[in-house]
Amino acid sequence: MTFIELMTSLIFVAIPLGLALFLKLGLERDILIATVRSIVQLLIIGYILTFVFESDSPIFMLLMILLMIGAATQNIIKKGDGIPGITWMILLTLVTVETLTMGLMLGLGIIPFEPEKVIPISGMVIGNCMVLSLLFLNKFKDEVERSDEVIELILSFGGTPKVAIERSLKSAIRTSMIPTVEAQKTMGLVQLPGMMSGLIIGGADPMEAVLYQLLILFLILTTASISAVMVGYMAYPRLFNQKLQFVGLTDRKGNTT
Amino acid sequence: MQIIEFKNVSHGDILHNVTGSFRQGRITTFVGPSGAGKTTCLKHINGLLSPDTGAIYFKGENIDSIDVIELRQRIGMAFQSAPMIDGTVYDNMNLPKAIFGETLERERAADLLQKVDLGGISLDQPIKTLSGGERSRVAIARTLVNKPDVLLLDEITASLDYRTVKEIERLIVRLQQDFGVTVIWITHDLDQARRVSDDMWFLRNGELIEFGDATFIDESDKPMIGRFVRGEEL
Repeated sequence: MTFIELMTSLIFVAIPLGLALFLKLGLERDILIATVRSIVQLLIIGYILTFVFESDSPIFMLLMILLMIGAATQNIIKKGDGIPGITWMILLTLVTVETLTMGLMLGLGIIPFEPEKVIPISGMVIGNCMVLSLLFLNKFKDEVERSDEVIELILSFGGTPKVAIERSLKSAIRTSMIPTVEAQKTMGLVQLPGMMSGLIIGGADPMEAVLYQLLILFLILTTASISAVMVGYMAYPRLFNQKLQFVGLTDRKGNTT
Repeated sequence: MQIIEFKNVSHGDILHNVTGSFRQGRITTFVGPSGAGKTTCLKHINGLLSPDTGAIYFKGENIDSIDVIELRQRIGMAFQSAPMIDGTVYDNMNLPKAIFGETLERERAADLLQKVDLGGISLDQPIKTLSGGERSRVAIARTLVNKPDVLLLDEITASLDYRTVKEIERLIVRLQQDFGVTVIWITHDLDQARRVSDDMWFLRNGELIEFGDATFIDESDKPMIGRFVRGEEL
């Protein structure tokens, strides 16, 4: 695809922009920002990836992965407002998920140690971990606010914080994982996954594309479960103090809400 | 004999230097205007909150030195909205046991429900199908599972109809007599407080204005209490 063809494809931005203007949806600014950001970010990443692939250096590869983890953490911490220490919990989760999945894939020889393989797959793992953590934190905070009376009720009977919050925690983990599991059930029937489509468009053998896509699907399932469970089990103790009292979510100034 | 004693208890902007006591085996009601700190006081008694300064004593022992899980099993609490977990009546009755991996015998669950006049109800009935009054009764019966020495009641009749309110009042008085349990009861209804109380605590803006035999509410020479009784602005 050339730059001229890319510019032509902007017609697909003009359509939603026109609809937003016509229906006064108030989304015009966001659509423009999203378009400009995606063009700039992807072009930059394209140049960086070309450089990293050509250099074939493990250091650049590692830096690239760290950059992705940093950006993902930055994106998630806003959703973790109200849970003290959420930044390091998310960082630890992202690093653990990336290390575990990449370690297994490289260690078992599923993929070769090449930047062309490691970086895109890491991107998908980290990106999925980010989305799952966001989903989980949203749901978990809702559950905690909705169930605060039941949490205090269980504490009042002598239950520990873990027992008191177990229902909310499991419900949030389950809810955040459902989209991943459901999407996998219809994979290939309703939609062709992005990576597989990309490989096929790029000229790869469809069966090879399917095999890589299956690998990614299994990875995403692992990523989803580890992300939600890790963030959840690290976050819930921060909602209680040492006297087994429910502190709840805190606002930015540290006051309980 | 005093079972619980507050000594100079303060908590944030809510409680200020509260000093007072509760007699064993009596029904004490908390009365006072909204925002007086009644629920905060109640939560301090079973360790759901702790004082910033001062101390609370249970049977002469500072509650800070009592294992909090043991304390909470000895001091049961029924909340204003009667919170329930999803499931059946039995699931809710079993909750105080289930959190320790134990099981409440179904016969005992039925017996406790009988004591709160819910003998006709099925243990397997979904909790969501119960009326407000029935839920309040289940909440009270559930607090009795641990055989507490003290029962804390936070406005348990606030959203119920008059007939149900009277039934629950009679129930609590009877339970107090049958089990010898000490009852500490928050109510916004002064007539209810007069009907059920042996003792009273009158709080305003986090300060304990007066406590003792419930007769003080109508006999006190403190103008503030008089204004509260007449329903005037404090």
